Amino acid sequence: MTMNRQETEQLIQEVLEVYPEATGKQRAKHLMANDPSLEKSNKCIVANKKALPGVMTARGCAYAGAKGVVWGPVKDVLNISHGPVGCGQFSRAGRRNYVTGHSGVNVFNDINFTSDFQEKDVVFGGDKKLAKIISELDTLFPLAKGVTIQSECPIGLIGDDIEAVAKKSARDIGKVVVPVRCEGFRGVSQSLGHHVANDSLRDWVLHGRDDDPGFEATPYDVAITGDYNIGGDAWSSRVLLEEMGLRVIAQWSGDGSIPEMQITRHAKLNLLHCYRSMNYISRHMEEKYGMPWMEYNFFGPTKIAESLRKIAAFFDGAIQENAERVIAKYQPIMDAIIAKYRPRLEGKRVMLFVGGLRPRHVIGAYEDLGMEVIGAGYEFAHNDDYDRTFKELQDGALIYDDATSFELESFVERLKPDLIGSGIKEKYVFHKMGIPFRQMHSWDYSGPYHGYDGFAIFARDMDMTLNNPCWQKLKAPWQRASAETIQAAA
Amino acid sequence: MAMIRQCAIYGKGGIGKSTTTQNLVAGLAAEGKKVMIVGCDPKADSTRLILHAKAQSTIMQMAADAGTVEDLELEDVLKVGYGGIRCVESGGPEPGVGCAGRGVITAINFLEEEGAYEEDLDFVFYDVLGDVVCGGFAMPIRENKAQEIYIVVSGEMMAMYAANNIAKGICKYATSGKVRLAGLICNSRKTDREAELIEALAAKMGTQMIHFVPRDNVVQRAEIRRMTVIEYDPTCKQADEYRDLARKIVENKKLVIPKPLTMDELEDLLMEFGILDEEDESIVGKTAAAEATLATA
Repeated sequence: MTMNRQETEQLIQEVLEVYPEATGKQRAKHLMANDPSLEKSNKCIVANKKALPGVMTARGCAYAGAKGVVWGPVKDVLNISHGPVGCGQFSRAGRRNYVTGHSGVNVFNDINFTSDFQEKDVVFGGDKKLAKIISELDTLFPLAKGVTIQSECPIGLIGDDIEAVAKKSARDIGKVVVPVRCEGFRGVSQSLGHHVANDSLRDWVLHGRDDDPGFEATPYDVAITGDYNIGGDAWSSRVLLEEMGLRVIAQWSGDGSIPEMQITRHAKLNLLHCYRSMNYISRHMEEKYGMPWMEYNFFGPTKIAESLRKIAAFFDGAIQENAERVIAKYQPIMDAIIAKYRPRLEGKRVMLFVGGLRPRHVIGAYEDLGMEVIGAGYEFAHNDDYDRTFKELQDGALIYDDATSFELESFVERLKPDLIGSGIKEKYVFHKMGIPFRQMHSWDYSGPYHGYDGFAIFARDMDMTLNNPCWQKLKAPWQRASAETIQAAA
Repeated sequence: MAMIRQCAIYGKGGIGKSTTTQNLVAGLAAEGKKVMIVGCDPKADSTRLILHAKAQSTIMQMAADAGTVEDLELEDVLKVGYGGIRCVESGGPEPGVGCAGRGVITAINFLEEEGAYEEDLDFVFYDVLGDVVCGGFAMPIRENKAQEIYIVVSGEMMAMYAANNIAKGICKYATSGKVRLAGLICNSRKTDREAELIEALAAKMGTQMIHFVPRDNVVQRAEIRRMTVIEYDPTCKQADEYRDLARKIVENKKLVIPKPLTMDELEDLLMEFGILDEEDESIVGKTAAAEATLATA
């Protein structure tokens, strides 16, 4: 069903035709037909470049990447949105990150803290106000383990020295205070915000317990990095690792905490789910503590089994046997799920457009259900993400980097997929086109989708979306009559 | 690797910071020191005498052309000139638009991220726009950056006011970090008792006049040729002066938290040297007509 490479190239050319010449030339570099034999992407696709003016991009900003993605899920810190009130208030609770604990007592990531910058703060500087806020927050929320300063645009412009405030405040309150230079105008997308946040962890948090001999390590300690626990995904992953005899000593950053981050270095292996947003700190921990890291994929039974074996191979025979036992235990359950849903989903064609990881990671889960991913693209991927994508997709599949809304709609009109997986900004456009749609950032407030437990929910959700009777009701009665006649005749 | 000594040069606009910096850096290079100059002024004239160029392409201009600063590589922005001196200009907007301070922040962050400071360097000199008008221009003296500040000054009243104001700024950062005032460089304007006056000012601020650079037209002659005096005419007397200054900076150990003067103290000093007249309270607010009436009465 997938187009061959030549047909895909042809489609790209046709869609690009409406652009002005210069725009078309630029955008052509971000679109390609997949060739699974490719190892390196840098010669065939351009990524992580500034979006062009006039097109509609789905990207966010550095603040969104740092505060929203990386720091947002850390439950025991007070994230101050430092600057005018809007950034903090309009991003509050925008992304689900499940946590255990009690809001306002030992969990704070559902609250918006902001320095609410006024004109006078821009003119006279906001350093003193910031120091006061940190001290007040410490009084109000004594169980918080630290404070982060998420810098909004104006702070970067007036050049306030938030590092100096952080250093002094940390001494005053005796806790971690982290300046995060994630001004929204920096970089081309939220991706720089991930990097900035990773660097802030490296410089201000990670080494906090390096001199603490109190941790009792075991040979089976692992850490989960780059799982944001959107729908409880880190938990449904964690149980599998525990079932195979590993001990998860830290979660980053979904349901994560400062103490867990600071003991991560004791783990024997760092398990990295979202490579795009957490590879920086993983590489750093490898360099500094000699701690190896490994990418894994817990979407769908095929990839889960592959990943469990790969993880187990890092440990001894007992763990490897356990891994096989875990796989064997869940396989019949997975088979039953597939037996139930595959007949309803077999051969359905999917197009994906998500952030920096899932367009390649969820392919296996769809394939487990007999579905086919015919197009995939990222909002903010870099070339190393595309390197990892080619072998997951079929030959000739359409790849789009930072797709504009026009491109995405045009591709969908031409390819007529049975299902689209993307975000809230895309959802209603495609609903109006009459195409089943799942949000693949938020799981449409469902989930988890990771792990064996997650696959059961994933399969159910895809089925209830695709086979929802509402899609049969989109035609007006007079149109439906003729359509049914034609169908009956065929 | 030995610690890189990072120095920032401040002073009133037009006092000769860029000329002094480039000449003294040329002096350091002539002695075999490895130096980098970071121009922190949108005018981008901090490296022209080293590179024999009209104006070096700046980090901000190249970032604007390329899309973002993340698209640049270090070798795009770093040029090597006389004596192996490494030159970068932060650049920024034309007067009246945009934000020059952010340009300085972006440029210095870029240099740090790209490892410009990991090179085998003895000195980094920041040549900073005359007035510290916003946080951006204080960037070079934040923690882990320049720790030695030299203020270029002359015997003119406004130059000394500016020097005293800069010292106040240094105090703010000195209390939270390690930045220190390392001395005043007197770039002579041939005012009366100039050296003596700057010595006195330095003493009151708790620092030193590290060198008195006399006025000499050879500086202008070299400048027309887009050269430092050291390169243009290494045998002339002025070249000796800059070499002296360079040597004194190499040997300088006197790093202090400055004691800026109050307005009254500064004015007393200026009066002592006859630059400012005693204020006559009786004439304040009197119009010419009123004075005429008084005179005839």
